[in-house]
Amino acid sequence: MAISLDKMNQPQDVVYEQFEDLGQQQETYVLGMWAFLVTEVMFFGIMFLAYTIYRWKYQPYFYALHQELDWKIGGLNTFILLMSSFSVALAVHFHQRKMKMPVLLCLGFTNLCALAFLVIKLLFEYIPKWNKGHYPGPGFSWDSTYIPANIAQLWYSLYFGTTGLHALHVVIGIILFSVLMFLIAKDHPIISDYLPTEMLGLYWHFVDLVWIFLYPLYYLMPK
Amino acid sequence: MSGIPPTEHVETEEKNYLQEGHTIASWLLTKDHKRIAVLYLISVSFFFFIGSIAAMLIRLELTSPRGTLITSETYNKAFTAHGVVMIFFFLIVAIPAVFGNFLIPLMIGARDLAFPRLNLLSWYFYMAGGMMFLVAMMTGGVDTGWTFYTPMSSIYSNGQVTLTLVAAFITGFSSIFTGINFIATIHKMRAPGMTWWRLPLYVWSHYATSVIIILGTPVIAITLLLVVFERVAKIGIFSPELGGDPVLFQHMFWFYSHPAVYIMVLPGMGVISELMGCFSRNKVFGYQFVAMSSMGIAALGFVVWGHHMFVSSQSMYQGIVFSFLSFLVAIPSAIKVFNWSLTMYKGSVWLASPMIYALGFIGLFTVGGLTGLYLASAGTDVHVTGTYFVVAHFHYVMVGGTLLAFLGALHFWWPKMFGRMYPEGVAKWNAMLVFVGFNLTFLPQFVVGYLGMPRRYHYYYFAPEFQVYHVMSTLGASVLAVSLLVPGAYLTWSLKNGPKAPANPWGAKGLEWEAAASPPIKHNFAGIPVVMGDVYDYDAEAEELAYRGLPPREESK
Repeated sequence: MAISLDKMNQPQDVVYEQFEDLGQQQETYVLGMWAFLVTEVMFFGIMFLAYTIYRWKYQPYFYALHQELDWKIGGLNTFILLMSSFSVALAVHFHQRKMKMPVLLCLGFTNLCALAFLVIKLLFEYIPKWNKGHYPGPGFSWDSTYIPANIAQLWYSLYFGTTGLHALHVVIGIILFSVLMFLIAKDHPIISDYLPTEMLGLYWHFVDLVWIFLYPLYYLMPK
Repeated sequence: MSGIPPTEHVETEEKNYLQEGHTIASWLLTKDHKRIAVLYLISVSFFFFIGSIAAMLIRLELTSPRGTLITSETYNKAFTAHGVVMIFFFLIVAIPAVFGNFLIPLMIGARDLAFPRLNLLSWYFYMAGGMMFLVAMMTGGVDTGWTFYTPMSSIYSNGQVTLTLVAAFITGFSSIFTGINFIATIHKMRAPGMTWWRLPLYVWSHYATSVIIILGTPVIAITLLLVVFERVAKIGIFSPELGGDPVLFQHMFWFYSHPAVYIMVLPGMGVISELMGCFSRNKVFGYQFVAMSSMGIAALGFVVWGHHMFVSSQSMYQGIVFSFLSFLVAIPSAIKVFNWSLTMYKGSVWLASPMIYALGFIGLFTVGGLTGLYLASAGTDVHVTGTYFVVAHFHYVMVGGTLLAFLGALHFWWPKMFGRMYPEGVAKWNAMLVFVGFNLTFLPQFVVGYLGMPRRYHYYYFAPEFQVYHVMSTLGASVLAVSLLVPGAYLTWSLKNGPKAPANPWGAKGLEWEAAASPPIKHNFAGIPVVMGDVYDYDAEAEELAYRGLPPREESK
């Protein structure tokens, strides 16, 4: 494939009126993004806390329940997310060098991965579970004799709550990446600087990292 | 601190921020931190008014032991509305979003906050949350108390719990946006020469507050969301029917809500530091200790939440640890109180109206803090848990602390915000009236609580002897209500009729006074100031001699 190395149209860097210079603006943006990621850690932290407490309380049941999940599908999704994170890192790299097409290709690949992640999650995990009635709520159906239905429901609440919150972040990521790609394609002055890509990249690495913790906690439980 | 603009100071005819546009859109779509602060000032005052109406309903009901005015259910809705509005829509927001927004860029020598659009967005989130809660109140109300304990909130309550929880959730984001904005601004946008140890203590306390906000608020957001799921979709992790633990909700709730009381009071402490320095004409005693005690409170605040749960099936050993850790918070708090008091020593004290509020704060906060030790001690707490003693304790901190600081800040920075002076005589007398009304309201509650009056009861026919305390309290609340309406009246009056304020009416130090006009221009300063001197470099002795009409001493240059 021919990767054109056409430089981005480079109008003047946009420095907003509250900043002194581009350097200060960039540092401030990155710091703000990190502060936001701290709040994200706390968001997910609460779900991890609830998981920890109930797993400690119901370990044998949780072990039995985790066998309902297929580690191979989870593993495939882990791989896909790692690839997407790699391509975001590449996108930042290319954007710093103002190479337009490679940035667009990398971001496009990231979005493709993110979509694949969601499709796999829906087709092979959420929908089969839904069809079996394994979703928490009044319609919950459960026929195992070993695992009590209420604990199964608790487990599925945690599973759907945490992975759902994560999937929501993936959806937001796809939307943001699409907007970013549109702006880059249009040579919008806001992307003359690589910071927007860098910040979205940070966000995406975080989303990836959450999954890196979710995967072993839900799919790879020791006995 | 001397702020010297790099270029020679020229009196320009530049328009101030209030004159930059007069259309409604110029206000609702503004990205100017000062205008957003004014928007916040109007909205928090509105919500404070709503919360006060609920408070008066509670007080009127309790004048009679038999509870004849409203039903139990209405009473429950009234105290829930009072708690939710005052906490989520007034106390947490009031000082950071109004004065923090207005002053942080001015104090550190920046043209605006780091993320002006995020700042405006935070106001819209706040208003969206506030409006949703008003709708919830009008369409049935909530009776769970502001703490939303499960399973009451998730299963049994009939009111508009879901809408209220979503409202609190949305408002949480407004807080998070403000916190991120302040942190980025304070780290990266300080003027040349504005080192960390030259930051006004007000900025330090907002920095500590912002750290608490970004660490704590997401926790409550997800927790409330889980309750919503539990209520709406019947999935849940707190539900005992599913093997879940309702006490886990209390842990998660207080993990935010205890640090949240420091979100409410730390900005107030920052205000007091500024007021004590200015009106004592003295360098704030132990500046670095006061700054670090804010950070200490922020850190310790996160490890004491268990003291809300001494009677909630928490283990005894947990109780002991949380009790001990709670005592530790007294240390940084006491550092502040002692340092403020010592700031006045050998100072040239000027009892202007903001200073009266500041002195009121110190006294009332001390009472609130010391009674907090009764509650932090696991043994004595069992006796007074769920009584009016607790109610009186946190009102001494929240009203006697934060509200007085809010009023002090409002009076101190009013000339800067709107360029007008208010009638100082009335303001002074009114400040003392607030103090009297406040004590009359809440001092009897300590007594009646210790004697056994439970909170959240709408009658007490089992103990008619409590009536005298309740009547005193209601009388005090009425005085307090009047004394809060008066500033509303004269401050509004001053907007049009007050004498024009000079740039620095109090002779205070700090960039916002020395380098910016009253009201400031759109970009705050003619040029970014360069900070040369120390913070709070007042000369108390020279001020005192000048005040007495004596010549300056030989030694003091």
